[in-house]
Amino acid sequence: MLNQAIFFYFAVVILVSAILMITRRNAIHSVLFMLLLFFHIAGLFVLLNAEFLAAVQLIVYAGAILILYLFVVMLLNVDKEAHVARANRFWPWLVAFGFVIVGELALLVLRGSFPAESGKTMGLVGYGVKELGIELFTKYLVPFEIASVILLVGLVGAVMLAKKTEN
Amino acid sequence: MVPLSWYIVLSAALFTIGVVGVLTRRNIFFILMSIELMLNAANINLVAFSHYLQSLTGQIFTIFVITVAAAEAAVALAIIILLSRNRGSVYVDEFNLMKG
Repeated sequence: MLNQAIFFYFAVVILVSAILMITRRNAIHSVLFMLLLFFHIAGLFVLLNAEFLAAVQLIVYAGAILILYLFVVMLLNVDKEAHVARANRFWPWLVAFGFVIVGELALLVLRGSFPAESGKTMGLVGYGVKELGIELFTKYLVPFEIASVILLVGLVGAVMLAKKTEN
Repeated sequence: MVPLSWYIVLSAALFTIGVVGVLTRRNIFFILMSIELMLNAANINLVAFSHYLQSLTGQIFTIFVITVAAAEAAVALAIIILLSRNRGSVYVDEFNLMKG
């Protein structure tokens, strides 16, 4: 019962802050709602016994990616757009399309049955950071190394793209 | 006990909000933030399945999704800086150089 109440709180705040995030006029407000969203997603991860992922979500998403967004907002002065149209011409159609999509997905999901739930043997202990580390470094070692190459490419690419050309 | 279907519906709703944000906003910055919303929705889905199937594969996949999202955010923001510097605007309907 408490589990469901906590999940309900996280879910409501996640959805409300997501909707507010895409409709703000001020980009800094939008980034702050993104911060709220990331914190509540990390809380959801803790509820799902994924504490390491909650910490990684906070460190990487809220601590690095969001700061990057804030810096670019400040750099580009996308701050206040007073009389500019926020959305394109077709936004009512697109919102209706969104409702149709989510209604369809919710109908399909709530109608189906998931064999994972019928067992009800979801133990609270079982997998922790240690097992995650072991599996990451033995079974998923190649994707791990490829991820490091991706990060290197991202780093070099971002610096190469954004530096000023000296003529 | 929270049913698995609630997590999937939450993930689908968050993903749809991200899709509507990408399709609707004119400022390229908000489009990028909506893409991050979609990635987070996928992360919620993955971690929920990892919990309910008692398998670590979902969490490892999520680590890689977060990694790729970080690299992609850095490169995409560098591209936005270049776009703003060269074209002078951040609104996607003004990037119509290839229009016939």
